[in-house]
Amino acid sequence: MSADPAAHGVTPTGAVADSALGRVFAGYTIFATAWLVFATFVGLVVAYKFGAPDFWSSQPWLTFGRLRPIHTNDTFYGFASIALVGLAYYVAARSCRTRLYSTGLAWIGLALFNLAALAGTVALAAGDNAGDLEYREWPWPIRLIFAAGAVVTAINLLATVARRNTHDIYLSNWYTMGGALFVIVIATVGILPWYQYGLGQVAVSGYFMHNSVGMWFTPMTLGIFYYALPKLLSRPIYSYALGVLAFWTNLLFYPIIGAHHFLFSPLPWWLQTTAIVFSVAMLVPVWGGSANFALTARGRLGDVAQSYPLAFIMVGVLGYFVGSTQGTFEAFRSLQAVWHFTNFTVGHSHLTMYGFVTFGIWGGVYALLPLATGKYPSRLGMGAHFWLAVVGSFIYVISLSIGGTVQGLDWVHGKPFIQSVVDMNPYYVWRGVGGILMFLSHLVFAWNVWRMTWGRSAARLPLAPALAEGAAP
Amino acid sequence: MNKLVAIAGGSLAIYIVLALMMGVIPGWQLSQTPPGPGVKPLTPLQAEGREVYVANGCSYCHTQQVRPLPQDQVFGRPSAPGDFAYQTPELLGSERTGPDLTDVGVRRGSDVWQYIHLYNPRAVEPASIMPSFPFLFEIVDRAPPGVAPAPIPKAYAPAHGVVIPTRRAQALVAYLLSLKQPPQPAQQTAAGAPSATPTPAAAGTARTPVAGAPLARGKQLFETNCAACHQSNGRGLPGAFPALAGNAVANAADATEHIHIVLFGLQGKTIDGVKYASPMPAWGAQFDDRQIADLINYERSAWGNHGAPVTAAEVAKVRAAGNGK
Ligand code: HEC
Ligand code: HEC
Repeated sequence: MSADPAAHGVTPTGAVADSALGRVFAGYTIFATAWLVFATFVGLVVAYKFGAPDFWSSQPWLTFGRLRPIHTNDTFYGFASIALVGLAYYVAARSCRTRLYSTGLAWIGLALFNLAALAGTVALAAGDNAGDLEYREWPWPIRLIFAAGAVVTAINLLATVARRNTHDIYLSNWYTMGGALFVIVIATVGILPWYQYGLGQVAVSGYFMHNSVGMWFTPMTLGIFYYALPKLLSRPIYSYALGVLAFWTNLLFYPIIGAHHFLFSPLPWWLQTTAIVFSVAMLVPVWGGSANFALTARGRLGDVAQSYPLAFIMVGVLGYFVGSTQGTFEAFRSLQAVWHFTNFTVGHSHLTMYGFVTFGIWGGVYALLPLATGKYPSRLGMGAHFWLAVVGSFIYVISLSIGGTVQGLDWVHGKPFIQSVVDMNPYYVWRGVGGILMFLSHLVFAWNVWRMTWGRSAARLPLAPALAEGAAP
Repeated sequence: MNKLVAIAGGSLAIYIVLALMMGVIPGWQLSQTPPGPGVKPLTPLQAEGREVYVANGCSYCHTQQVRPLPQDQVFGRPSAPGDFAYQTPELLGSERTGPDLTDVGVRRGSDVWQYIHLYNPRAVEPASIMPSFPFLFEIVDRAPPGVAPAPIPKAYAPAHGVVIPTRRAQALVAYLLSLKQPPQPAQQTAAGAPSATPTPAAAGTARTPVAGAPLARGKQLFETNCAACHQSNGRGLPGAFPALAGNAVANAADATEHIHIVLFGLQGKTIDGVKYASPMPAWGAQFDDRQIADLINYERSAWGNHGAPVTAAEVAKVRAAGNGK
């Protein structure tokens, strides 16, 4: 019972389309893809520099210390944030059986996010780094632009849900609305200066880097899972109640554990210990959430081989489960003592931001964008993307996990520092190999996005009929 | 509508409370941490250097926090809350692709070394993967009066002209040399940290616990602490750091001078006709007598040297006599 039938066409799948919504979703996806390709190209250069430290070192803006924050910030705020907001708009409108509250606001939001990422990239290249504080390196006025984009997004999502034609608010929207609201708080806490001097700023850094991942990217991605998975499988989520429980427990436990990024630092010991305790409590939402997704797909694992969108999402679920569980173990002091400061951490962040969030985004885009545009990517295209990305990220994470352990043990054994540098070399090479495969997969993804938007559509794929409106509200 | 208010409003309210509890309030309280004894603000030049450090992302490879763990003792005593009073933005960092720099001004307390290392780290540490920073230097035909060119080893020097540091390089090195830990404030690491954690390396206690035969211990200490300047092969860097291979002090029958130099440092001595611009750091505060003896015995026996060995007791005697000339 959508508001204005005139705005609707009917796609080949029989789903009711809202062409303005489709354009918004496609627009967000296209810009996100562009940032993905750019930011991961920068990532490749950064990885290459570990083996060739004199490469591109004569121009300040091409040096490691400038490119690394460009890589992290543009994957976070250029790629992942923009892609997730596009998906969240689509999910909100469809699951509430209504139209987006305002396409104008959606475009303004997209413009703000892009402007922030562009200005941030230029600033970092020019050496205008706000303090090497991870994930908030952009000068604060630029972070304010991003925050404005988040405000616009939150308003638009909430107003869309407010005009829903369903009785309940579907679970996905709890997560996406939550994420959009939380990120405003996170950005604000990160910007205001009054409580950020010396050691005080260390506490805020622990809060910020942790929450930007776990209270923005995580809920947004989970929101997509709760919509796309039932949709692909044409069956409701296994347990709605478990999803609700995971939502509240994640909200209660996760923000408490930021200080585990600074174990053994001079931060107060109670803060560190609290962080460790609640890191264990995090197993409740993580295992609860993962089990919920896995049980939704119970008995249907054969379909994963049939449907790449499903395969992407299942890898994302696995990434969530393994990455978050690993996070809990990393928080134990005994393991931290070895792994902290090593490349193990870099492996961990790619397991979560890539294995979980990025695969989740891809699964969501492949599952939902064709519904919005009526155009499909080819099976070959999705397959090439999937396997390059899976193999590449596997090599990446495994090599850095082993290498990081070797590095940490070298230190424990009191070897001269340079030994740990030498011992890492082969693992850096393997990381580069994984990185190349990952980057190639992004080029294929870009091609697939092209086919789902402007390009020529491929034939509809098996399982696609199941994509009709239904399972998820 | 009510549902929306409950879900969105409720979760936002809870989240704001948690963000205050875990981010803002600890930040507020810890921002008041007073400076520890001997912790001083940076000079304007050093502060400028810190900005160069931030702009070029040195923090992505270097931490500035020493943990109360045995493997961190090579980097200094455990960091204390009061150490960070003047450090905004904080540069604690999260990765140690390179060593911790909290106390690097002591370990590598030579501007000459810092310049060579920044111009090309491979010139002093062949296995280094630290990027080179040539853009912090200028290549000129002749150094202007009052400016000492960096003595870059031939293999890394430009074909023509000499390498002089820019203002940014001077500021950065001033900052790096300022990174020295003041003595440990009374038993204070993280507030509330169990005292079972290793206690501070006060003067004279072991900094690097190494097991094994004395010569192996000496070699390890040398590689970690001395090779950056004197090089693993003991040949030093011509014009910058003297060779210890074949060196007169290291081969002299009387080891008193050798012990004295390692304990108390050295400045302005002409060695084999070369006068060195930068000082040799003092190591007496970092190492105990046995470690100093291990180091010295390694130097006196490696690379074809054949100086008579010394004992920890002899080191103790020189230490007790003090730094008088
Ligand atoms: C890609 C990582 C990387 C970056 C970026 C980096 N370094 Fe390093 N740094 C290293 C490694 C590895 C070593 C150890 C090998 C060596 O001595 O060169 C090191 C060593 C050092 C040392 C000697 C420490 C010691 O105990 O011997 C100093 C001083 C130093 N770096 C300063 C800097 C400064 C200043 C910057 C920024 C302008 C910087 N580094 C950027 C990796 C890096
Ligand atoms: C930051 C660079 C640097 C480091 C690190 C360093 N040295 Fe030196 N060392 C020098 C310089 C420079 C001189 C020459 C000083 C002079 O001539 O005034 C020197 C001189 C010496 C001499 C005297 C040589 C002579 O002929 O008089 C000895 C012995 C020595 N160093 C031993 C060590 C030991 C042992 C270590 C490690 C614990 C060490 N050095 C670490 C720079 C360094």
